[in-house]
Parts: sequence; structure tokens; C-alpha cells
Amino acid sequence: MNMEEQFPIWQYVTEEGELVQPEIDIDEAVSRAFYQYMSRARMMDQKCVNLQRQGRIGTYVPYEGQEAAQVGSALAIEDGDWMFPTYRDHAATMTHGQSLHNLLLYWRGRLEGSVPPEGKNIFPPAVPIASQLLHATGVAWAEKKKNSDRVSIVYFGDGATSEGDFHEGLNFASVFKTPTIFLNQNNGYAISVPVEKQMNSKTIAQKGLGYDIPSLRVDGNDILAVYYETRKAVERARRGDGPTLIEAVTWRYGAHTTADDPSKYRDQRESEERRSSTDPLMRLERFMRKQGWWSDAWKEDMEAGITEEINQALKDVDRHPRSEVDQLFDNVFAKPTWTIEKQRQHHTNINEGAKS
Amino acid sequence: MTTVAADVKKLTMIQAITDAMRTMLDEDDSVLVLGQDVGINGGVFRATEGLLNEFGEDRVIDTPLAESGIVGTSVGLAVNGFKPIAEMQFFGFIYPAFNQLMTHATRMRQRSLGRYTVPMVIRAPYGAGVKAPEIHSDSVEALFTHIPGLKVVTPSNGYDAKGLLIASIEDPDPVLFIEPMRCYRTGRTEVPAEKYTIELGKAKTVREGDDVTVLTWGAMVNDTMKAVEQWEKEHQATCDVIDLRTLYPLDRDTIKTSVEKTGRVVIVHEAPETGGVSGDILSVINDEALFYLKAPVQKVTGFDTPVPVYSLENEYLPSARKITWAIEEALHY
Repeated sequence: MNMEEQFPIWQYVTEEGELVQPEIDIDEAVSRAFYQYMSRARMMDQKCVNLQRQGRIGTYVPYEGQEAAQVGSALAIEDGDWMFPTYRDHAATMTHGQSLHNLLLYWRGRLEGSVPPEGKNIFPPAVPIASQLLHATGVAWAEKKKNSDRVSIVYFGDGATSEGDFHEGLNFASVFKTPTIFLNQNNGYAISVPVEKQMNSKTIAQKGLGYDIPSLRVDGNDILAVYYETRKAVERARRGDGPTLIEAVTWRYGAHTTADDPSKYRDQRESEERRSSTDPLMRLERFMRKQGWWSDAWKEDMEAGITEEINQALKDVDRHPRSEVDQLFDNVFAKPTWTIEKQRQHHTNINEGAKS
Repeated sequence: MTTVAADVKKLTMIQAITDAMRTMLDEDDSVLVLGQDVGINGGVFRATEGLLNEFGEDRVIDTPLAESGIVGTSVGLAVNGFKPIAEMQFFGFIYPAFNQLMTHATRMRQRSLGRYTVPMVIRAPYGAGVKAPEIHSDSVEALFTHIPGLKVVTPSNGYDAKGLLIASIEDPDPVLFIEPMRCYRTGRTEVPAEKYTIELGKAKTVREGDDVTVLTWGAMVNDTMKAVEQWEKEHQATCDVIDLRTLYPLDRDTIKTSVEKTGRVVIVHEAPETGGVSGDILSVINDEALFYLKAPVQKVTGFDTPVPVYSLENEYLPSARKITWAIEEALHY
């Protein structure tokens, strides 16, 4: 059997909105919640791209197209669980509880932007590729040592599976049977390099075989598939049955970052075509329409509420006090070393001298 | 800081290191020892010998052979309530873990504004002179003193090793604890059985003199002491010999006080000269005691070459002849 047959892409809802896994427990309220979280993520992402164009935030990393993979998996964990995002996973972090205010601060180059709200365990976004898989494994290992039932979920892309830390993370998780969910978003490209050049294997899920980790592929644009399959992995981890590797097959519509031009390496017509075929929000809308759960008025109201929330967050961020350089000196060590204190003093003296 | 108890044993440095880990494993349930071969084998140098039997495999953990994995999972363990002591089998094998140290372990406190901290220790045997195979003898402390957020500590004897290692384990931030292999079994010191700490960032004056300050650390402390003892017998001058013990942060006050007294300085380290910690020491002298200098500061270091295979390591390492040569250069400038 070839790997694509061994690891089929699980779908719960077809592109046309047909439910093909009818045994799941889904109702109107849950569907609306799924849709609302995805809308909020998409509207925030579009807003951030615009803010970057206006020079109101720095270089920005968009995720438009990947909302189902991030929102669906984020909704499958609970408070007390641990989330390890990359720089492209703020749809997941905002769904798990990171504030829009902090997200905007992050993209304005502020340290406060990486701090999660009280009661939420969200790591600062990992920037080096795949390094966070080891933290997710270590943190989950600690939970296991404490005999708790908390789990960790870690996000990474297709390119990350080429890194050594991906393999070390899976191996440690497998050896120590840690409660870790490895949530891969295979969006087809590592900046410009397509997945066909990234690996000779046909799937990412098959890489779990080498570590005896239960692995599967899901349609990453089908929020029901992502949510229910992640929930199964979370339940398995909570029971003490160890890690799971989930490959969510998805697509990034836009650029790697706002500093990048995707038309240099791919035909962007595919992104445009996908907006009316594989789009995660459209899929859920089609499903909800078929169930008779859709209402245009509800959507309008909901979107108006999100617009207001985003605008309020932006206003608050504009009023946020400016960065203080002490933040830099005070947080390297619990107690700054003499070299840091000396540098602080020198910096202050020079600046005060310049002012007087 | 240091107290001398009635119950004192003569221990080698490696025994004192084991004793420090045993003391902390016993005192604090959150302390873990992990690495390649640290369990049933007791470590390739026997640093963890007996600990598996005493504390069990939940606390003394043989890990897969993956340095980045060991350090990266230790970051997770440390953030989530544990105090891992991770062993790198040799300092020269730490390079795969560099990214975890540089981009995560040492930045977590700042990146989360104190929400997440990494109280971990990485232990690594280092240095040339034991006829080890290639790469096993590297002395690359300066690659790590350059990392903001990391303390770098190196003992030269058993007493200091125990006190410094316990202080490192209790430190709220990551500490790289590098252990000169040549000192593991060359001589015993009196080591109290009870717990004690030696403050990080404090040097120790191991020999007092008036004319030349000799600054060194690790395996070079013993070599320098021997060279100076012999040299002083034949000359009418004496040396302050200072074991720095912590390479970041340096003990500015001890360096300053001694240089003000002698006005002549020799720095001895086995690491390559360019980019070595000697540069930071020179910077301290420049800032704190420049006008007390009576002669240019002399350096005795390894070459800007890879640490050699062992047939050439005695050519590479600072020798007694080179050390006394430098002392005389400083003295007769």
C-alpha cells in the first residue's frame, strides 16, 4: 500500500458541505461558534495585513486560508493545557485566549505581545523552525511527571519536518510517551519551496511511523475534521496513551510574510480559485446551510461585533504606553548582572546628557 | 557563604560533582538529572554513578542521544516546574544544542516578561590534555559567555565544584557548568558532606603575591600554580594567582583590586586566543584599572587553530615555560 492510501485525508464535511461522518455530535450552536472563531481570525488577519500596508504594524505573517486547521485544533484543548505556536499561528492563540490587544502589540515589536493572559499557557511564538517541538515535549513530560492530565499542542509547518528538532521532538515524545499533540499544517510551501522539493515522502503523517506515534492526515480546511480528530488525540494523551502526529493539509492564500511576493514562486490563480472551492469558512457555511442553521442576518451581526472588537483593540494599542528600555535590562536574569547594570547606567547617562 | 562542617571528606572533583547532584536530588524533588549514559552507566566519567539506584529512573534519566533534544526538552521541563541538570557528554558535542540555548533557554524570561523562566544547568566536561579523541577536547567557553542570559561557571577543584554546582542548580536562570576533565581525578580537596554554596560571579585568589596578577580558570589553574610556585623559588617576585571560577559574569572587583596592587597582568587560558574570554578580562582592566598598568597585559592561550588531536595537544596547551615567560615579560617590560 502506498503512503497516500495508508494515510488518507480524513474529511468530515465535503467541499460541497455534505456531512460524511454522521456519528458526530454537532449542533447549530457549535457550528456557529466554529464559524465565529474562524471569522474573527480571518478578519483580524486581513486587518493586520492592511495595518502593515499603512505602516501601523511591522512585518506581518498572514495565515489566511489556514483558519480551520488552527481554530479547530485550538478548540480541542482546555485551559491548563499548553500551546506552542509559531509566528503564523495566532488564529490558534487568539482562539485559545490570547487577546487581540497583545497580538497587535506583538506585531508592533512589543515584548508584552508574547505574554499570555493569566490562566492560559501559551508560549511566545517560536521563530526558529521546529525548535518548539522539544519544548512541547518537555512541558508535557513535566505534566506526566506531576501525574496531571494536562497536554501540550505544538504547531509547525511542512518545512519544519526537515529540521532535526522535529525528529528529536517526535523521538523524545515517543520514548517518554509524553501527552503531546504534534499539529502539522502542511500548507504546501516553506516560503517559496514547495513540499515536493522539501521531502521525497508523499505525506507528513508517515513520518510518525518511524517513531511508532499514531499519525493521521486530515483535511485542514474542514474544521469539523480538525476539531474532532484533534479531540481524539487530546483524549488519548490525557489517558496516558502518548503523543499523536496530525497532518492538517491546508493552503496559505497569501504571502509568507508581508515582505514576500508569492507570485515569484507560484501562480497565485490557485489561491484565487481555492477561495471558492476549498475555503474553510465557505465549507462550514455550505454545511450550515444544508443543515438549515445559516442566517445572513446572524453573520452580519456577528461580523459587526468582531469589527468593533478589532477596532477597540487597535484604539487601546494606540494608547498603550511606549516601550521602556528597562524592560530590556530587567528581564534577562532574575537579577541583572553588573555588566547589564553598567550598560543601563551608561545608556541613561548618555541620553540624559543629550537632553540637557 | 561558605561554611565548613565537621563532617568533611577528601574527594576528587568528580566525586564532589556527584555529591553536589546527590545533595540536590535529595533535597529538592524537582531536581532531575538527564542525558546520554547518565543512568545505569553513571556517566562516561562516573559523574552520576549511583544516582540511578538512589533516586530511580524518574529522576535520573537516560535520554536518546540527541543534544538539542536533551537541552530543548530540558527547557520545557524547567518552564514547567522542574530543575533539570542536563549532561552533555563532552563540551565539544554541545554544538547541536546551540540553537536551543541561544534562541530559547536564555531568552525565555525576556520573551515572556518573566512569565516563563528556565532554571536549568547544563554540565559539560571540557578541555585538552587527557589524550581524548578528536573534538572531545574543545574549550569553547567564549562561544557561550557571548550569549546574553547565560551564566558560565567552571570549577578547578572538588570544594569549589560542589559549592558552585549547588549554586548553579539553585540559580533561577540557565547556567552552563563546564568541568575541566583534567581536574576530575588529579588531587583531592576537603569537601564538607553538608550542603553549601559558592556565589556565582566570585573569583578566588588561590595564591597571594605582590608583583604580577595571573588570571586563569579551569585546568589552567593547577598548571599556573605549579609554574608560579617553581618560578617564585628562583625569583625575587611574587604573583597573585586568581581562579576566576565564573566566566560570565566576571568578578570585576577581584580583578580590579589585584591589578591595582600589581600593575602587571598575565591571562592564561587554553581556549583559542581570538575571541577568548581574555578579551573581556582586558576590557574590565581597561575600564577599571588602566592607569595602574605598568606593562602591557600578557596572554598565554591556545592557538587560533582547532584543538589538536592528542599527539599535538601539549604543543597547543599553555605550558609552564610559556606561563613563566609571560610573567617575566610583564615584570621586565
